[in-house]
Amino acid sequence: MENGAIIRTTDLTKIYPMGEQSITALKDVSLTFGRGEFAGLVGPSGSGKTTLLNIVGSLDVPSRGSVEVLGHKVETLPHKKAAELRNRHIGFIFQTFNLLPVYTVYENVEFPLLLLGMPAAARRKAVLAALDWVHLADRAKSRPNQLSGGQSQRVAIARAVVKKPELVLADEPTANLDAENSHHILRTMEDINREIKTTFLFSTHDDKVIGHLRRKITLVDGRVAKDEPGAAAKEAR
Amino acid sequence: MIIPKLALRNMLGAGAKTWLNGAVLSMAFVTIIFAQGLYRGFDAEVSKTLIDAEYGGGQYWVEDYDPYDPFTLQDAHAVPAPPLRALIDAGRAAPILIVQGTLYPAGRVLPVAIKGIDPAQRQLSFPTNVLTASGDGIPALIGSRMAKSAGLAVGDTVTVRWRDVRGAFDAKDLEIVQVMTTTAQTIDEGQVWLPLATLREMAAMPGEATIVVLDRDASPVAAAAGWSFQGLDVLLKDIKDIIKGKTIGASVLYAILLFLAALAILNTQLLSIWRRRKEIGTMMAMGVTRGRVIGLFTFEGALNAVFAAVVGAVWGIPLLAYLAVRGLSMGANQGDSFGIAMSDTMYPSYSAGLVAGTTLLVFLITTIVSYLPARKISKLKPTEALQGRRA
Ligand SMILES: Nc1ncnc2c1ncn2[C@@H]1O[C@H](COP(=O)(O)OP(=O)(O)OP(=O)(O)O)[C@@H](O)[C@H]1O
Ligand SMILES: [Mg+2]
Repeated sequence: MENGAIIRTTDLTKIYPMGEQSITALKDVSLTFGRGEFAGLVGPSGSGKTTLLNIVGSLDVPSRGSVEVLGHKVETLPHKKAAELRNRHIGFIFQTFNLLPVYTVYENVEFPLLLLGMPAAARRKAVLAALDWVHLADRAKSRPNQLSGGQSQRVAIARAVVKKPELVLADEPTANLDAENSHHILRTMEDINREIKTTFLFSTHDDKVIGHLRRKITLVDGRVAKDEPGAAAKEAR
Repeated sequence: MIIPKLALRNMLGAGAKTWLNGAVLSMAFVTIIFAQGLYRGFDAEVSKTLIDAEYGGGQYWVEDYDPYDPFTLQDAHAVPAPPLRALIDAGRAAPILIVQGTLYPAGRVLPVAIKGIDPAQRQLSFPTNVLTASGDGIPALIGSRMAKSAGLAVGDTVTVRWRDVRGAFDAKDLEIVQVMTTTAQTIDEGQVWLPLATLREMAAMPGEATIVVLDRDASPVAAAAGWSFQGLDVLLKDIKDIIKGKTIGASVLYAILLFLAALAILNTQLLSIWRRRKEIGTMMAMGVTRGRVIGLFTFEGALNAVFAAVVGAVWGIPLLAYLAVRGLSMGANQGDSFGIAMSDTMYPSYSAGLVAGTTLLVFLITTIVSYLPARKISKLKPTEALQGRRA
C-alpha cells in the first residue's frame, strides 16, 4: 500500500439480513488510513461505527466491497489467519473494558503475549512497561473487580498496546468513564500513538474524545458524510 | 503449551467454583470406587468362605453325582480311584460320602443329605474334629440354620432313617454334638455331618465316597477313572455369576447416576460457558482461534476432573482404607437373603484397575461434557460472542 496506508476500504457495504427485510449498516464506504493516524468515527447511534470497526478488525466480514488491513483482504481471510492478524497486529479496546475476570491485571495484560508465544523474560518486561504507560504498575496483582472503571479501561489499553500493534481499534472507550478519566485515557493513548506510531481508530459520541482527534469521519446511515481534520489536527505529529 | 497454562489459570482464578466442582465430582469418584470395592470384597469374601468350608483346592466328583439332584445320590458313590486314594492316604485330600436320608425331629419329617467326613481331615475348615467324641449314639454335627429349622440343640438326640447300598431302610439315633455357626449356607441347610467311617458302615459302602476334596494347593491328578475334576473356576462359577449379575445391576445404576451427574455437569458447563461468552468473544478478538477456545474450555473441564481426583484422594483414601480395615456391618441375616454365603461384616477391596478405571471414566465424562458446550460456543461469531452479557 502506498504512503504507509494500513487500512483501505473500497465500497465497503454491510447488510444484515433481518427476516424479510434487511438492514444496510454500511453503504459503499471507501476510506484509507495511514500509519500513526489518530482518527475517529462519529455519527448518530446506528450509523454503522461499530460495524465498521468490527470489519476492519477482521471480527466480521463485508457483504460487498473490499477491506484491506495490513495487506490482508478481510473478506477472504481464513478464520485462523484472521485470528493471527488480530493477535499480532491489532489491539481492541471496548466500551465495557472486557477484562478477563479470573485473571489479575498482570495476567490480563500478559494474555496477548502468551498467545504470541513470547519468551517469559521478554513477556515480563513488556507487561511491566505497558503497565507503566498506563500508571498501573502498582496494581499488577489486583483483579478486575477490584478496579475502578478508569483503572479497568487503562488495563484494557495496556492489554491492547502491550504487543506494540500497528493498529488499535477502540469502540466508545470513554462511554463508561467520567470526564477526568476520559481525558487521562486519551492522553495515555496519545502518548502511545506518539511513541510507538500505533494507528488509533475510535468510534465515539463523546465530545472529549472528538476534541483529541486529528481526523474526524462522520457516518450517517452507513455512509461517509464527512471526512475532515479533527480539532487536534494542528498539533505536531 | 499455552492452553494448559491458561486453563490452569482459569481454574485457579475461579476459586470457590473450582472447589465446589471438586467436592461434588470427588464424591462421585469415591462413591463409585467404594461401591465397586464392596462388590469386589464381597466376591473375595464369598469365594474364600466357600473355599474354606466346602471347595478346598477343588473337588473330584464320582461320575453320577449331581449336587442339584438328590436322586442321583442313590448311585453316586464309589471307591476313589487309585490316584485319589494315594492323595487321601497322604492326607492331602478328604473323601466325603453323601447319602440321602430323613430326620425325624420332634415327630417332623425332614429330608436331609447325610454327609460323612473324616474327623481328622485338614482340607476344610469347619469343626469336624468334634465328630470323634464317643458317646452312646452317633455323633452328628449340624449348622445353626439347620439347627433352627429342625429345632435341634447340642445334646439332642434325633432319629435318622436312610437306605443302604442294597436299598434297605434302616434307622438310628444321632446325637447332636455341636451346632456350628458358619457363613457357608451350603454346608448347613438341609444336611447333617457324621463321621465318615460310621456313615460308610451304615450305608454298607466301605471305602466309598461321593466327592473328594483336594488340598488348597494341590493340583489335579493325571487321571482318575470314574471321577471328574471340578476346579474352583467351575465350583465358584454359580456364585460368581450371581455376584456378576448383581455387579452388572449395580453398574446399570452407576451408569444412570453418572449420566445424571454428567447432565448436571453439562448444564453447569453450558451455563458457565454461556455466561462467559463475552469473555470468549474478547479472547477471540485478541486472536484466540476457535480450536483454541475449544481446547481451553475442554482442558479446563478435564482439569476439574484431575482436581476432583486429588480432592477425592485426600479425603477418600483414608476413608476407604478405614472401611477396608474395619469392614462394613451388613446386619444380621442379610447374608441369607442374598441366597449365598456371606458374613455379617463386609470388607471392601479395591484394585488398582478399579481405581484407575473409575478415574479414567470420570475424567472421560467430564472432558466430553466440557467439550460439547465449548464446541458449541466456539461456533459463535466473535461479534456475537462479544455482544454477550454486558458488564
Ligand atoms: N448483528 C446485527 N444484526 C442485525 N443488525 C445489526 C447487527 N449489528 C448491527 N446492526 C444494525 O446495523 C446498524 C449499525 O449498527 P452499529 O452497531 O454499527 O451502529 P453504531 O454506529 O455503532 O451505533 P452506536 O452508536 O449506538 O453504538 C444498526 O441499525 C444496527 O441495528
Ligand atoms: Mg456502536
